[in-house]
Amino acid sequence: MPSAASPRIADLIAKNSKSLLDEWLAHQRKSTATRSDLIGDSELAEQSKRFLAAFETGVESGTLDDTTGDEWADARDLLSEISRSRATQGFSPTETASFVFSLKQPIFDLLRREFASVPQQIADETWRMSRLLDQLGLLTTQAFQQTREDIIMRQQQELLELSTPVVRLWDRVLALPLVGTLDSARTQVVMESLLERIVETGSEVAIIDITGVPTVDTLVAQHLLKTVAATRLMGADCIISGIRPQIAQTIVHLGVDLGAVITKATLADAFAIALKMTGATVTSRSSAG
Amino acid sequence: MVERSGYSGVFRTPGFGAVAATITQVDGLPVRRSEDIVRMRQVVRERAIGLGFGLVDQTKIITAASELARNALVYGGGGDVEIAQLAAGMRKGLRLTFVDQGPGIDDIQQALKDGFTSGSGLGLGLGGARRLASEFALESQPGSGTRATIIRWR
Amino acid sequence: MDRIPILKMGEFLLVTIQVDMHDQLALQLQEDLTQRISDESAAGVLIDISSLDVVDSFIGRMIANISAMAQVLDAQTVVTGMRPAVAITLVELGMSLEGVHTALNVERGMTLLRQKVAAPGG
Repeated sequence: MPSAASPRIADLIAKNSKSLLDEWLAHQRKSTATRSDLIGDSELAEQSKRFLAAFETGVESGTLDDTTGDEWADARDLLSEISRSRATQGFSPTETASFVFSLKQPIFDLLRREFASVPQQIADETWRMSRLLDQLGLLTTQAFQQTREDIIMRQQQELLELSTPVVRLWDRVLALPLVGTLDSARTQVVMESLLERIVETGSEVAIIDITGVPTVDTLVAQHLLKTVAATRLMGADCIISGIRPQIAQTIVHLGVDLGAVITKATLADAFAIALKMTGATVTSRSSAG
Repeated sequence: MVERSGYSGVFRTPGFGAVAATITQVDGLPVRRSEDIVRMRQVVRERAIGLGFGLVDQTKIITAASELARNALVYGGGGDVEIAQLAAGMRKGLRLTFVDQGPGIDDIQQALKDGFTSGSGLGLGLGGARRLASEFALESQPGSGTRATIIRWR
Repeated sequence: MDRIPILKMGEFLLVTIQVDMHDQLALQLQEDLTQRISDESAAGVLIDISSLDVVDSFIGRMIANISAMAQVLDAQTVVTGMRPAVAITLVELGMSLEGVHTALNVERGMTLLRQKVAAPGG
């Protein structure tokens, strides 16, 4: 709630904004939380200058207890932006929030000087400024959190994609050698990337080799079948190779119907079929002398 | 998140509504004409992209929405859809609820079966929508309409 | 009302679907194509859906219907450019599009069409 003292605070800050900024920067540079190893001094000075300006605007409005209104929109946006970039740069949440909290000391010092003759005033204004800066500091954690989540999701996706190598065996023939135990989620991602590669390379045949897969459960078998169906819908074809006797038994026991899916015991056999399907012929050079 | 249903026929996928989530935004759209379905697909796409859905997830939820919207329009005589964005910690989701005041479904189990059935033809759409969604619920009362809910988590 | 344009390329008809169609537009396309196949005695139809990021059961049925009707009129149909996400979704929907030939792109599609026209059972 705006009070008679608020305009004075706003004037105070406006009148002393240069020295406030200098003192604030000095404080930040002295603190290890500022992480000068992660952020350059000119970037820090720029961020501080912009925030102080937005802070002044907010204080001028007189609304010091509530930072959710329009008068604090600039400050909020700026803090969001700074938190996001710091999250990406590798700052911790505490280090990021300390950007705002470190402004307290210079402001308290300013208040102490101005209200030297009115101690009660110092206490009141210090309390209000402290609460205000607390609110603003907490805003940084929200944006920070969101950015961290986005980064983690993206990294998870990239990891999954990296571990699914699709090999171009020949013109218009792809091979996907699967290795290890497959879980439902990974199989789905793998299959999706195979389909993308088919389109990218204009391949007509994709060989899914499961020689390196010890066991296949119903879900994985279903994903394989769905992948074959999707490949056909797109206008290409799929061969499954490397089905060992144990897996063949499992598939039959599970009641999974491979139907019209072409299967071959080895990758080599599958490759030979694939070549025929794409109309390629293999001839051997006649030996010379 | 699972309220008591006033409908007589109910089907829910196991664990429907079990994830405790907060609703971060809601859009409401009419489903009264076929142009509404096109518009709805567009809005669902925008929301899905905003939540960071991958391409396949986007396609699945938009297609499922299209199926249910068409049901509401063609068999339900028109209705509305509520598009709610969900947040459960790091997980983000999209929940679509289609409500119509049409004749309702007599036999829910039958309606969920796949296969093109002449006449009602409901078969293909509902079963498909269920498979495309992470969670699915269908509630209906003959004479009082139908409510179909799908949730897709990112 | 807008219509999806149908191009004539020799003995074939070419359709490129680039918009998210509402139901009437799809039904109109079905009708127009059937009419044109008959009028031109077309030997084949190529439908390119590389711009479509969603194909639901209605559009899927439209494609299957076009193929079936073309067959009755002694014409072959090839659908090209289906996107992976669309293919995956159609499989989940349970649509197999039986009897519809598909190819990765228009170029391959034309080759396939010529093959099919030359040897319908092949």
